[in-house]
Amino acid sequence: MNYFPEEVLEHIFDFLTSDRDRNNVSTVCQAWYRIERYSRKHVFVGNCYAVRPERMAARFPRLRSLKVKGKHHFADFNLVPPGWGGFLHSWIETAARECPFLEELQLKRMVVLDESLELLAQSIPNLKSLVLISCEGFSTDGLAAIAAHCRVLRELDLLENEVEDRGSQWLSYFPESGTSLVTLNIACLKGEVNAGALERLVSRSPNLRSLRLNRAVSVETLAKILACAPQLVDLGTGSFMLTDRHSDAYHKLYGMFHKCNSLRSMSGFWNAAPHCLPALYPICSNFTVLNLSYAPTIDGSDLMKLIQQCSRLQKLWILDCIGDKGLEVVATTCRELQELRVFPSDPGGAIADVTEEGLVSISSGCKKLSSLLYFCFQMTNAALITVAKNCTRFTCFRLCILDPKKPDPVTDEPLDEGFGAIVRSNKDLRRLSVSGLLSDRVFMYIGKYAERLEMLSIAFAGETDMAMMHVLNGCKSLRKLEIMDSPFGDAALLQDVEKYETMRSLWMSSCDVTLAGCKTLAAKMPRLNVEIMNHRDGTDVDLDDTDKVDKLYVYRTMAGPRSDAPRFVLTL
Amino acid sequence: MSTDTARSSTESEVSGLDYEETELKLGLPGGARNGAAGSETERKRGFSETVDLTLGGSASQSADSAGAQASAAEKPPAAKARAVGWPPVRNFRKNALKSCTYVKVAVDGAPYLRKVDLEMYGGYEQLLAALQDMFSCFTIRDYQTEKRLVDPVNGTEYVPTYEDKDGDWMLVGDVPWKMFVASCKRIRLMKSSEAVNLAPRGTPGCTNSK
Repeated sequence: MNYFPEEVLEHIFDFLTSDRDRNNVSTVCQAWYRIERYSRKHVFVGNCYAVRPERMAARFPRLRSLKVKGKHHFADFNLVPPGWGGFLHSWIETAARECPFLEELQLKRMVVLDESLELLAQSIPNLKSLVLISCEGFSTDGLAAIAAHCRVLRELDLLENEVEDRGSQWLSYFPESGTSLVTLNIACLKGEVNAGALERLVSRSPNLRSLRLNRAVSVETLAKILACAPQLVDLGTGSFMLTDRHSDAYHKLYGMFHKCNSLRSMSGFWNAAPHCLPALYPICSNFTVLNLSYAPTIDGSDLMKLIQQCSRLQKLWILDCIGDKGLEVVATTCRELQELRVFPSDPGGAIADVTEEGLVSISSGCKKLSSLLYFCFQMTNAALITVAKNCTRFTCFRLCILDPKKPDPVTDEPLDEGFGAIVRSNKDLRRLSVSGLLSDRVFMYIGKYAERLEMLSIAFAGETDMAMMHVLNGCKSLRKLEIMDSPFGDAALLQDVEKYETMRSLWMSSCDVTLAGCKTLAAKMPRLNVEIMNHRDGTDVDLDDTDKVDKLYVYRTMAGPRSDAPRFVLTL
Repeated sequence: MSTDTARSSTESEVSGLDYEETELKLGLPGGARNGAAGSETERKRGFSETVDLTLGGSASQSADSAGAQASAAEKPPAAKARAVGWPPVRNFRKNALKSCTYVKVAVDGAPYLRKVDLEMYGGYEQLLAALQDMFSCFTIRDYQTEKRLVDPVNGTEYVPTYEDKDGDWMLVGDVPWKMFVASCKRIRLMKSSEAVNLAPRGTPGCTNSK
């Protein structure tokens, strides 16, 4: 029942930018499915084991931009053992054969080998964008292949990857005649960077807008780079370390920054000398994004002085050494703030310099705040209730109280009412992480009020299976549920097994589910992969049905059990 | 190293432990660090009187303070031990912050703290020069065996001291530089009049000077 010619429908579909809308369109009828699949340019695969690459490529032959995610989110925190999987290579092989229009590739938490990058570079020379986030397995040799062969590359963004360093020659492989680079992020590289090669690269990249350097790049080099690229909008500074504030280098730097009127976003400051910071003061009021979360050498007092100048900030990442007082300064200065992340400066210890007071200040000053990640030492219900009253725009609320199961220090109560207030007042909440002492009650609130919640992270929380049941029964939009160290067992797991087909994945580690429970789930739901990992003290354990499962990872898939699973992963 | 407790305790320590252990085998004084924790303070030249100094955040800095132990005791003891993946901080971030050996520097009588990244300096000379630059009121005065920082306005002399991993206050310069970098938790420029309790330097063989 098409009233329009296919070309017209295709044109209309082009206005649908969200993946979800396009997915819905494709389920309307055969004709729409066909039109949609031939016109889809952007594809997002949230789990590389949910579909085979060949299937994806066959369905979307005109694919231009592809995003694939590999390992589970908890891999960030060492919960996924090395060798688990998430290998990229088959995706690149497929793309090389079947995706002639591919221009953009973004990968997250995947194992990327140099040979994959070499194949990518050789088979897709028109690649314009390569974004690698939290990937591993490759070296600077693979980057050299990309630099040498992808001559129209605009974006090379290496975000928090583990890259083996084989020297900085790779930077010289970019075309001698001039590059198309707009974005170059090498902040995660560990090794030395050849200052001359870097300067030459920047000077032949006239379109460069975003440049993030690694900690090996000195202030002297930075000053020279800024001289060739005053047009930069986004800058990662490199070390930013100067032992002498009276040196020529400092004066040069000061002069250079003065000319960088386009600069809106800054990060880096790896070893920043606090007395270098005044060089930024003249242009601070332009900044909308500031990431000081890798700058442990800057004290609270220096942070405050800097932030006092940054009245237009929309996004701020910072370490907890800013303290509650510093957050008060943020609250009074940065009225436009939308995203705040406060990280622990000592991630190993259970110590943080910020408390509920800092968060309350922020909520009273930054009314536009919609995304929060906050590591702190303690939190009170009263503070959370105030935050919920002050801010109602949260889409992402992640609160990490470093000490597991820590109650409200004033009343000694669980933090149920505090988090309850947050989910009640923030109707648009998509992502939530809860911590501290929590009973089943808070999960009743979450199930009842967090209608749009898509991702929930639970750690050391809840008392009985009821907690998890509340979440699964409520939370209609839930896509990802990740749980560690919480007393949820088979009853909770098996209560509504159909639910998992509507979700991307469920992760449970150090919970109370048993092998028998997992087997039941797998038997009932053939389109779910039910993977368990049990290896205590480095050796695999043979489980009885009644034994508890260390790690359970459940995800829906069209591809069936994966063939590349290592020995310690058992697919039921 | 296979248990989680062991791993988390290694992670929290400054890198360079192996080096220190090597030093220990060579029989150098001061850096002793092995399982016999009870006898450590006696073997070293630290002095206990300074442990309760009110340096900024000192109470919260020592991770094994009485408070932390008390709160750990209230919890089920397994909670800490099995907390793999906690706190949820990305490995990349942990490593990035860990590779930087920054410590806080306090000066007696000064209302503020500074931080220095010890990895940035090649030795004691450079560190002292940086401290002089940081707290611009000082000049370095050379004595035959050690350096002191002097405030020329009132003539007050300051002795650089540091708290080592075991919580003992020692004189800066008493161990080889690398050992110092691995062990130093924070630095305090102490008025020399108050530093008399610290054992004099230049007696490296003496391990029981207390």
